[in-house]
Amino acid sequence: MQEDTVDSDADRRSFLTRLSVGLAGLIGAVISLPPIGYVLSPLVRKPPRKWRDVGSLKQFPMGETKLVQFQDASSTAWAGDTAKTGAWLRRTGESEFIAFSVNCRHLGCPVRWIKDAKLFMCPCHGGVYYQDGEVAAGPPPEALARYPVRVVDGNVEIETSPIPLTTNDVA
Amino acid sequence: MNAIKSILRWLDDRSGFSDVVLPMLRHVVPDNARWWYVFGSATLCAFMVQVISGIALATTYVPGGEAAYESLLYITNEAPLGNLLRGMHYYGATAMVILAIIHMTQVFLHAAYKYPRELNWMSGVVVLFVVLGMSFTGQLLRWDANGVWSVTVAAEMAGRAPVVGPAIAHAILGGETVGGSTLTRFFAIHVFVLPGLIFAGIGLHLWLVLRHGISEMPNPDQPVEPDTYKEDYESRLEKTGVPFWPIAAWRDTVFSVAVMALIVGCALFFGPPALGTSPDPSDINANPMPDWYFWWYFAILSMLPPELETYVILGLPVVGLIGLIIVPIWSNKGDRSPSKRPWAVGTVVFGFTALVVLTIYGYKKPWSPDFGVEPLPAQLVGSSDPAIVHGAQLVHQKGCMYCHDVDGYGGHRGPELSDIGHRLNRADLIIRINNGGYNMPSFAASLTAAELSDMVAFLQTRTNSSRQVVSDSTGAAAP
Repeated sequence: MQEDTVDSDADRRSFLTRLSVGLAGLIGAVISLPPIGYVLSPLVRKPPRKWRDVGSLKQFPMGETKLVQFQDASSTAWAGDTAKTGAWLRRTGESEFIAFSVNCRHLGCPVRWIKDAKLFMCPCHGGVYYQDGEVAAGPPPEALARYPVRVVDGNVEIETSPIPLTTNDVA
Repeated sequence: MNAIKSILRWLDDRSGFSDVVLPMLRHVVPDNARWWYVFGSATLCAFMVQVISGIALATTYVPGGEAAYESLLYITNEAPLGNLLRGMHYYGATAMVILAIIHMTQVFLHAAYKYPRELNWMSGVVVLFVVLGMSFTGQLLRWDANGVWSVTVAAEMAGRAPVVGPAIAHAILGGETVGGSTLTRFFAIHVFVLPGLIFAGIGLHLWLVLRHGISEMPNPDQPVEPDTYKEDYESRLEKTGVPFWPIAAWRDTVFSVAVMALIVGCALFFGPPALGTSPDPSDINANPMPDWYFWWYFAILSMLPPELETYVILGLPVVGLIGLIIVPIWSNKGDRSPSKRPWAVGTVVFGFTALVVLTIYGYKKPWSPDFGVEPLPAQLVGSSDPAIVHGAQLVHQKGCMYCHDVDGYGGHRGPELSDIGHRLNRADLIIRINNGGYNMPSFAASLTAAELSDMVAFLQTRTNSSRQVVSDSTGAAAP
């Protein structure tokens, strides 16, 4: 009789312990899952790409490389200047252009076009690229990334794109 | 008067101050540490400065897009005491990082992390890494061009991780590019997440100090024996121990006052770090540079062979964290005295030497092109031959001097050219300039034959390294 009471008391305690721990876990999950999903939502919600007008054909002399600026695809109302992206736009033909991302392929710093040397140079770790974007010197593992570019009704348009990431994934 | 006394007595009785808190303050500590143990409490004092000045700054700072920069300008230039507060927050952060590292070094040298204080050390290491996280996110909240590019570099580094890299990069940016959602994330991390972790970590750290007592100064004749340590410690403390409050604590308060005076003094005399240009990611004239805490890391990343880079970027923080955490697991008993632990002393000496040397390199950054280099003055060109004079202009104009030092003018990415006329003949120079070489671009496409000829003519006159009058190793073109 005595034994039974002790046993059932122990059962009751262990059941209540498990119940409370389980319920506390449930509370934890319910209050933390929505915030985690909210914080990670930019990973799933990809903004649609947009074509941005960066100027008329005649602003870009043949063979020259000029800095153009355009708005990102996902500009929030409060982003202001931070929603801008730059690109080095090089005219290679009557209606042919190359739009280089300004991000160095080493660690993403903004490369500068050195007109007289016909080189792109990065201020961070000294990456250098030729005018066609190929690596000329320094640590960058890849050529400068390019944005899609087109000419519509005499205007040059660049398609918004994610920041080019140099990954180690096999393409 | 009696009424006040009885209210205080009531508060004391109901809150348990005399029963619980006073014994903690008066817990017995070894009497021989004297000034050695002031660094931990001074770190805590610097943290207080951060909390208080941070809250004040957060009442004005706007963590969003363009407005952040405008609000920083307002805090710095217009708000009463704003400049002082920004300065206190900056130098407080500097003090906190330095003091935490000194504190850790002292604990390491005295092997205070050994039994039973292993978890004190581990919790301290975690807090140190969170503090470094605060430094990085805090640098970003100074949302100027440097801030924008620091986020970009962080995202690019994270993007190197296998498989999940791009996802982490986009989670850092709050999207696929820097934009309106980027800064707000770092604000939340800097103001809520990391401070919460620091409060929790310091709470645990202090609780453990009370639980295991403050360690004595190391004695070469008293190695730590886990079986008998606690008994021996208690019995020694009974004979020679003193109450922490106020016998030992006064040194902590005096030193903390000195630290605080230094923080406020620096804020008053040097002011906060200058704001850069506005946070416009399309402004390519930015010259991104981390705050000084990370110059050593910046230097490592710049000098590594590219094929090792990914492993170091991703591995060094992890290896550093794990390596420090396992110190007390590695060795939790035996000698504490530095005189019997030459490897520990060697580790500290090597570590600090490496840190200082790398930090200096990170500041000088000889691997970066010197975009601001000025043309060579006529007396250094030293010739009136039009070809040579033109060649000297070309060496500047075509960007050679961004990377090459010529008689004290120019960058240090490539070899110095002050005596290149001795090292290469005309034919070699032409081949090298046309074809490029290791880490040097080919200039064949950007030079005409006449330009190349003039440039080579000029370079052949560079035959005397002693002509170097200005040898500014930062590469800045000091006249």
